[in-house]
Amino acid sequence: MAKNWPLTRRKEALRGRSTIIQEIRRFFIKEGYLEVDTPLRIPAPAPESHIDAISSGRWFLHTSPELCMKRMLAAGYERIFQICRCWRDGERGIRHLPEFTMLEWYRIDADYRDLMSECEALIRSVIHVLGHGGSIRYQGMDVEINEPWERLSVSEAFIRYSRMTMAEALETDLFDEIMVRDIEPRLGFGKPTFIYDYPAERGALARISKDNPAVAERFELYIGGLELANAFSELTDAQEQRTRFVQESAFRASMNRTTYPLPEKFLDELSDMPPSTGIALGVDRLVMVLLDLSSIDDVVAFTPEEL
Amino acid sequence: MYTVADLRKGLKITLDGDPYIVIAFDFAKPGKGQALYRTKMRNMINGTILDRTYRSGETFEPASLEDRKMQYLYKEDDHYCFMDNQSYEQIHVDENALGDAKNYLIDNLPVDVLLFKGKAIGVDVPNFVNLRVVQTDPWAKGDTSGSDSKPATVETGYVLRVPPFIEEGELITIDTRTGEYSTRVKG
Repeated sequence: MAKNWPLTRRKEALRGRSTIIQEIRRFFIKEGYLEVDTPLRIPAPAPESHIDAISSGRWFLHTSPELCMKRMLAAGYERIFQICRCWRDGERGIRHLPEFTMLEWYRIDADYRDLMSECEALIRSVIHVLGHGGSIRYQGMDVEINEPWERLSVSEAFIRYSRMTMAEALETDLFDEIMVRDIEPRLGFGKPTFIYDYPAERGALARISKDNPAVAERFELYIGGLELANAFSELTDAQEQRTRFVQESAFRASMNRTTYPLPEKFLDELSDMPPSTGIALGVDRLVMVLLDLSSIDDVVAFTPEEL
Repeated sequence: MYTVADLRKGLKITLDGDPYIVIAFDFAKPGKGQALYRTKMRNMINGTILDRTYRSGETFEPASLEDRKMQYLYKEDDHYCFMDNQSYEQIHVDENALGDAKNYLIDNLPVDVLLFKGKAIGVDVPNFVNLRVVQTDPWAKGDTSGSDSKPATVETGYVLRVPPFIEEGELITIDTRTGEYSTRVKG
């Protein structure tokens, strides 16, 4: 019997993982998307307040393929998807690996609401291949996939699940704590939940809502309390994007975090980008949900600790 | 001095002057938000449980505990008796203060008994402990999937998941930091 029993035990999960990834590819190709693979090692990751890149020589391992993929939209690619490894320094827990697998897809002439529908179609098509029927069971709770998914704004979620309004939480600097403690653990039970319209300052690359300048057109998808995806109607105003990057960089500097050079080529080409929408979905977490596994360690061949 | 990056189950820190042990820990990061370190801690003196959430950059003082090398002797009512390897002095520790350590206590096991202001308030067991399996169902012959596990009871009464090929009477190594099966002891 093999010495590495934990790895032997994961055989079934890794087979499931492979099936899921194959179905994701088939889905996007059928929908007319082009599969792309942009470089993993880049000179200038997007400066975001709370995402730390791992350096690689004088460059960095990307934290997301977002900037390269948007440059492709700006250059005339209309529908693209990518499945790739991403790295985020210091992120390790039962739902986090510092090296993880991301699915990102982008399309022009659409907004974040179109992506909600596309998310539903993608996950329905994957569970169909896994033979789950119309519902899945995650950690003892049933989640109906084939019925319409819940759509809840962030401000409604604060009213429903916490004792503070979104505005109060922002004012007292408790937004993240309330999200993690009171709101996230209640999202995506019974049916998946899209939580949308985040405070404007919490979407550095998202477009501000036309109807409400206090919020950005951004959503996240939750199933069984697990955050699976983050999407935006993309910001296409290059000047505004530069201002936000400078602000995020200043915040990083004030917290003594590594600052990155501004992604000048991206900023330069952004004015060519048509109205677009894009989304990042954690593949490892999708596998956890669809195979009913509680730890991200269960869905990869090796964790960093096992190397 | 510890930082949030050091937080893990079993870490002992000082909070408001009292020693606390981390009994559950979770890294959380709401989308695009900041990293949060959710901890559940037990006051090692009075047993009170605290939930605290920390942000990056916060630091902690280690708990100021004295540790003495001792070995486990026996259990009497809800006390466990340990003996100092040098002075042969014997001390008793409350079952409540032991936490998960009681799952691994077999005769003569070397441990560190933790003292706060002279009073025994906890026990550190070795990271790996060998224990004999006293009950587990036999492995169905022909099952070659190798992907399953089954429950097994070890000599201390602790129950854990083991690979299907482990049989009654075998000695296994358990990682006491996680409480999980680590490997089979040959021979």
